[in-house]
Amino acid sequence: MGYINSVLTLGCIQAVSVLGLALFTGFTGQFSLGHAAFIGIGAYVSAILTFYYHVPFILALILGGLGSVVVSFIIGVPTLKAKLRSDYFVIAIMGFGEAVRVVLENLNITQGARGLAGIEKYSTLPVVILVLAVCCWLARSFIVSRYGWRAIAVREDPIAAEMMGINLFATKMLSLAGSAFFCGVGGALLAHFLMYIQPVMFTQVQSTQLVAAVVAGGIGSISGPVIMAIFFIALPEMLRIANMWRLVIYGLVLILIMVFRPSGLMGYHELTELGKGLFRRLKKEGS
Amino acid sequence: MLLQTLVTGLAIGGVYALMAVGYSLVFSILNFSNFAHGVIIMLGAYFGYYLCSSLGLGIGASMLGAMIGTAVISILNEKLAYRPLRLRKAVPLYFMISAMGAAMFLENMVYVTVGSHFYSYPSFFTGSISIGGAYVGLLDIVALSISTFFIILLTLFLNKTMMGTAIRAASRDMLVASTLGVNIDGLLMVVFALAGGFAGIAGVFLGVKYLVYPTMGVITNKAYIAAVIGGIGSLPGAIVGGLILGLVESFVSAYISTTLRDVFSFSMLIILLLVLPSGLFGKTLDEKL
Repeated sequence: MGYINSVLTLGCIQAVSVLGLALFTGFTGQFSLGHAAFIGIGAYVSAILTFYYHVPFILALILGGLGSVVVSFIIGVPTLKAKLRSDYFVIAIMGFGEAVRVVLENLNITQGARGLAGIEKYSTLPVVILVLAVCCWLARSFIVSRYGWRAIAVREDPIAAEMMGINLFATKMLSLAGSAFFCGVGGALLAHFLMYIQPVMFTQVQSTQLVAAVVAGGIGSISGPVIMAIFFIALPEMLRIANMWRLVIYGLVLILIMVFRPSGLMGYHELTELGKGLFRRLKKEGS
Repeated sequence: MLLQTLVTGLAIGGVYALMAVGYSLVFSILNFSNFAHGVIIMLGAYFGYYLCSSLGLGIGASMLGAMIGTAVISILNEKLAYRPLRLRKAVPLYFMISAMGAAMFLENMVYVTVGSHFYSYPSFFTGSISIGGAYVGLLDIVALSISTFFIILLTLFLNKTMMGTAIRAASRDMLVASTLGVNIDGLLMVVFALAGGFAGIAGVFLGVKYLVYPTMGVITNKAYIAAVIGGIGSLPGAIVGGLILGLVESFVSAYISTTLRDVFSFSMLIILLLVLPSGLFGKTLDEKL
């Protein structure tokens, strides 16, 4: 039971971070290969707060997320303001992610490449599920708000959106900051689950895993990426597939999805719609 | 010291240019960043390594073998991962994701099948030549001359042949080129074969100079930076970008610090992009929608 418990916990933690990238990639149409840096910042900020300063966990969690938001402005303001092409933005944020890792490896407070050990374990399964639920609700509230509509408009057609008076920079920046917040919270949860963090955990491999979950789950969906994130963590663990095969399969899955089903598991749809549809059908048959 | 650093910088810059040319060629036509290019360079290093250490071929034959191998992989990559998207007229984001999938698949396939060992090539070109009191590695000189040779060859091909003209036409507008009778499928096969072949040579040079291991594709991120610095999609840009990056890196590691080298190149990239968003020689065109 303890094993399944920890696999599920890990899956839900990953889902929180994936939720962040789903906002940025799935709803704003921006691609990123550097979101692992935000997870890393969240993990380190929260771990340092609880480890050195004995800050309550819930506060450390939020501050971890906010730490990532601050960092997201450092990279987001110059690059998004300059209206870089999305390709250039990807390489810029990838380089930024690497730079963040190098910084983490060379600071004293992070104990460098050795990593920070002895963090208290606060992320139990109920806590993680609760946080995931709150984050899903936050993400949904964002998407149905006018800010979310702007983001979707930018995804669908940036030029038309700008013509309608939408500020491209503000919209993308808000979405990046939001996604950084979720990734930071995910990182904070991760640190307090593994009880040990190391800069090397937050490399491009982690970023690509996030992208894989978002794409496989479906662009423009919240529930799809969340399901896929848990599935991607749980399935290889359950099948006892070695770590490397997992990545081979992720790569293959990405290509197959792009070739055969670009909308992913539930692109542009939500699990709740399925529920509502079923309910409606049952009602119709009943009457 | 100065001359030595200069030659080392130019040599590594030449290899970066070889890699950057592959990125730029594909970009100029399909308008997306081919993230799979890096792993193809890595595979080139592996092919070359097997040919010269297991089969005992010379460096020339190994390089040729590696070129053919990577050209084939590159064509397969296009046929399997990009062609279906192209036929569906998918947006660049989908191409990028597919390319990333291909990169993940190939890189980890190497992990699973070959393992994460580090291999080193048998020694080639180990001597050094003394020029004006400075010792310059023979490998650097060979790398520089071979990259120059192939880049000149490519320039001639693009500018003097019918196929080259078709490629340049397609890079302006693929649709118009195809209505004028250019076979886009065949053309892309040539383009990917060229990009793959260049990746093969670059991979062998990287392998001889450093070591062969699955994540050596990370070095090839530099090639991407080089392409972006020069203005992605522009061939002269890729060459100049590669040389600039090679020189900057070799001077930073010689005079400032080796650990800061990568941070330096990434910061240079970001700053340059902020000043010149389309690179040094890039066309200022908006993203095609």
